[in-house]
Amino acid sequence: MRTRRQEIRRFLVFALVPLAIFTLVLVVPFTRGIYFTFTDWNGFDVTQFVGLDNYIAAFQNEDFWGSMLFTAGYVVASLILVNVVAFGLALLVTIPLRGVNVLRTAFFLPNLIGGVILGLIWQFLFGQALPTIAEATGIPVFAENWLLDTTTAFWAMVIVTVWQMSGYMMIIYVTALMSIEQEALEASLIDGTNGLQRLVFIKLPLMAQAFTISLFLTLRNAFMAFDLNLSLTGGNPYGTTELISLQVFREAFSFGNFSSGQTQAVLMFVVIAIAALAQVAISKRFEVQR
Amino acid sequence: MKRTHRINIFFFIFASVLAVLYAFPFAMVLLNSVKDKREVRNEPLAWPTEWKWDNFTEAIDRMDYWQALGNSLIITVLSVTAIIITSSMLAYYLARSKTKFSAATFLILVASMIVPFQALMIPFVGLFGERGLGLPGNQFTIAFFYVGFGVALSTFLYHGFISNIPYELDEAAGMDGASAFRTYRSIIFPMLGPVTATVAIINALWIWNDFLLPSVVLLENDQKTLPLRTFVFYGNYTSDYGLAMAGLLISILPIVIFYFAMQKRIIAGISAGAVK
Repeated sequence: MRTRRQEIRRFLVFALVPLAIFTLVLVVPFTRGIYFTFTDWNGFDVTQFVGLDNYIAAFQNEDFWGSMLFTAGYVVASLILVNVVAFGLALLVTIPLRGVNVLRTAFFLPNLIGGVILGLIWQFLFGQALPTIAEATGIPVFAENWLLDTTTAFWAMVIVTVWQMSGYMMIIYVTALMSIEQEALEASLIDGTNGLQRLVFIKLPLMAQAFTISLFLTLRNAFMAFDLNLSLTGGNPYGTTELISLQVFREAFSFGNFSSGQTQAVLMFVVIAIAALAQVAISKRFEVQR
Repeated sequence: MKRTHRINIFFFIFASVLAVLYAFPFAMVLLNSVKDKREVRNEPLAWPTEWKWDNFTEAIDRMDYWQALGNSLIITVLSVTAIIITSSMLAYYLARSKTKFSAATFLILVASMIVPFQALMIPFVGLFGERGLGLPGNQFTIAFFYVGFGVALSTFLYHGFISNIPYELDEAAGMDGASAFRTYRSIIFPMLGPVTATVAIINALWIWNDFLLPSVVLLENDQKTLPLRTFVFYGNYTSDYGLAMAGLLISILPIVIFYFAMQKRIIAGISAGAVK
């Protein structure tokens, strides 16, 4: 057993500096941020307490609701498509053939690059290259610039998100697929199962944890997406494709509404926290107890 | 057996088509980066008739490429090193201390990982920007911030590993007269190699590509990182797509080279880091 003095000494040597930085950079802004939402903070100082006014204003703000709904749609579409595609890719790149490693690299590559640059690449594709190619080949899908219309711009963002994130989630699914015990698969083979039955009844239940992780990461990343939104659509046309992050950023830094921007940011945090906890709680029920 | 092999080949071909689709955007950047702007506009798919290598020298020049690259490198290396040191020490303390305080601290760290930067960004700027403490927007300030935001996840990863190192090792080192710090530095830290690799890779990819934090911290042009410079550069030269593509290509290149140099470690690091 350590003495109290030794314990304090260890704290000072190992934990004081990291915890002080963590507190100053994360805990203090977080708590101050919540406090500011009950005031008329303008970035410089607080003149009065306004109670719930900022929250009431946020709920009555159409831009905020528009952005929240747009974000919700984006999160749901990304959550489903990223994981369906990623799981499909994981099945494809685990077939026993040489050469699949090259394919893995191709699928993973977009993930290495930051969202801002990915958005710029696709801005060029949607706005310039694809319409020209459509004209030359007669394939009409991308003939119009997808970024000029709210609905197609929404799907443009989803497509780029799937392209960006599916490679990462694929790695998680591949790791899970490879760690399934051979005994379980061999036993089911003796029982005369086919490939689809093995996938649904053996593999899926045994890799439920990978789904929990991957769905959680997709959910969080999609809710917090900023870079891609900024560089691909910039919220256009007419601010109709602003995800909540960009909306909050502009409310505070472009329009100088610090306390209302912060209120929207806190609401965003609450929504993310509830969604993430609910998702993990639901996914956990599917995990096999071993 | 033959039938499954044929099915596998079919799936392989299907996967290859998908891989080509995934690589298509990069191919377009590569192809059009050596073209004249009129050619990009009229024939984005065609082979360049005239190779315009000038695009690269001009892009390097106009986005202050070498400076931006240097800034990104310094910030990434500085921040990742600081995160490795602080989080491995904190994790060692938390894993070896059985007090209520350390249990509560660990819980707070884990909970903090769900807080998005956006929820902190506005008071953060108020606290540290020119309206608050007025910290200078340089690489040391931003490394300090990255430690604050990155320490929770990295501590969590180290904690899991250190908890599995038998406590008898610490006791033996203590018996030989080593101080607690000496035990950490000479016995524990050298054993953490695999986690340190994971922590380094996860944080390096995040910091290298990060946009939001540097955009509110690094306000001077000569301090800006590669993503910030690329974004501004692209916005200024959308009329000349050949030049813009050359700019995108050179800003993608460093991380792709890094990936091919350390492919195995990066994939291993990501699979290890995702198991939370």
